[in-house]
Amino acid sequence: MSRFPIFRPVAEHGLLVEFGDTITPEAHLAVLHLDAMLVQSPCPGFREATPAYVNLLVQFDPNIANHAETETHLRALIARPPLSEAATAQHEVQVCYDDALAPDLAEVAARCDLSVEAVIAAHLAGDYRVFLYGFAPGYAYLGGGPQALSLPRKDAAVRDVPAGSVIIAGPQCIVTTLSMPTGWWRIGRSPTQILRDDPARPFLFDVGDAVTFRRIRRTEFEAAL
Amino acid sequence: MTARLHVSAAGPLVSVQDAGRPGFARFGVTASGPMDRLAFATANVALGNSIGAAAIEVSLGGLKLDCVEGPVSLAVAGGGFIVETDQKFGSWQVLTLTAGQSLTIRRGPWGSWCYLAIAGRLECATWLGSSATLGTSGFGGGKLVAGRELTIHAPRVVTARPLACPVFARPRHRLHVTLGPQDRFFAPETLRDFQKGLFALSTAYDRMGVRLSGPELVPNVALTMPSEPVTRGAVQVAGDGVATLLLADHQTTGGYPKIATVLDCDLDGAAQLRSFDALMFRPVTPAEATARARLHSALTARYLQSVTQA
Repeated sequence: MSRFPIFRPVAEHGLLVEFGDTITPEAHLAVLHLDAMLVQSPCPGFREATPAYVNLLVQFDPNIANHAETETHLRALIARPPLSEAATAQHEVQVCYDDALAPDLAEVAARCDLSVEAVIAAHLAGDYRVFLYGFAPGYAYLGGGPQALSLPRKDAAVRDVPAGSVIIAGPQCIVTTLSMPTGWWRIGRSPTQILRDDPARPFLFDVGDAVTFRRIRRTEFEAAL
Repeated sequence: MTARLHVSAAGPLVSVQDAGRPGFARFGVTASGPMDRLAFATANVALGNSIGAAAIEVSLGGLKLDCVEGPVSLAVAGGGFIVETDQKFGSWQVLTLTAGQSLTIRRGPWGSWCYLAIAGRLECATWLGSSATLGTSGFGGGKLVAGRELTIHAPRVVTARPLACPVFARPRHRLHVTLGPQDRFFAPETLRDFQKGLFALSTAYDRMGVRLSGPELVPNVALTMPSEPVTRGAVQVAGDGVATLLLADHQTTGGYPKIATVLDCDLDGAAQLRSFDALMFRPVTPAEATARARLHSALTARYLQSVTQA
């Protein structure tokens, strides 16, 4: 019998529900399952749920519910049967690997002992899923990048990396949304907007969605801006 | 009818805030909103505004406004700031500015944040339905900088009066926490130091959080935990053993262990501490946390009702 899920109190208004202590597909699926069940059957006083790799933070109004009541509700949701895989949304993100837009591409190739074209092919072949958002608004952590490109982050962050940069570290990839410092490797630029001017759907991805990259030329990149 | 206020000087971290934009943490967007939510609400209700109307958060850097077009009433609440027009006031005051008059707010004997609410509707940008300014991106109503002009639609004038400063709006030096979620990553003697030790706020203090000085809290395991959601009030410990208390503009996820989480109902008081002020943590059970939150809620509701402008 697994010792998970574990419910950890977070001040008067939260429970952190843990499904594992290392990143596994099973733990993340359990996070997505509980997250989806909370949409159907929110706990009393429900405020918001924040999914991550192996755990889900559930926040509630302490005037309406307490930790024990919330845990009871969540345990019942966890016991419900899983949703079908077919519900996964797919998104295509355009990426231009032009030298001028990919300042680290050559160094990534050198460090991985690959040609630049092989790095691009490997990046395009990744099987990406949105595992969580973090760091800054719209920074979606895409897991599932190829092992061949798995590099530790740089020792020092580079400042003022422009929005739309496609950056990688380990098996992860992010399409940045703001001009921010980063220690990740900049291998391309995307014109695809993650932050959207659409009040009904202000962010392109939901956690759990699948993402593929499509290579575009510099002219297409300029035209799409 | 409009009123106009010209910003002639503004310190760093002076920004437009409303009640915040909760509900978007799953997209990496923190709730933002006022550092001291009680003082913010007080300033609004004292003018008869809605409790979460856009207002101005003033830091220790202070603010100077010139009234170009008026009259318009304002309410100041939070901390012990010095407020000057033609007269001198403390924080916790309703006053009216007429064209040609100036208002200066500057640091006073206590407190780190005060709020300037405006009787009328402050014109400002919104993002995701909220005008709360997110410091790192500038999204929302934005920072106040010298030269900016504020337009207030449908300005109103209400009777000038002092507001009572309740005892629970004072700085809070003893913060109640629930332990964890990663207290298990610390040795028993480190947890004892955390519970018995004296901490202080450092000068690394902004809307994202404040680094603390005090006993070293080095985790006894390697830092390999997967990034996870974090909340306002988290006491996050970096690899160097230094604790940071996360505040209104905190990041939504992080990979550092949290030794404890400060109760939300203690955070407004915590935000009114200043750099070098002393701080202690007192662990409570989840049941006591709930009881404290409910008591605080009842007290603040009664107080806000008592200062509401009819």
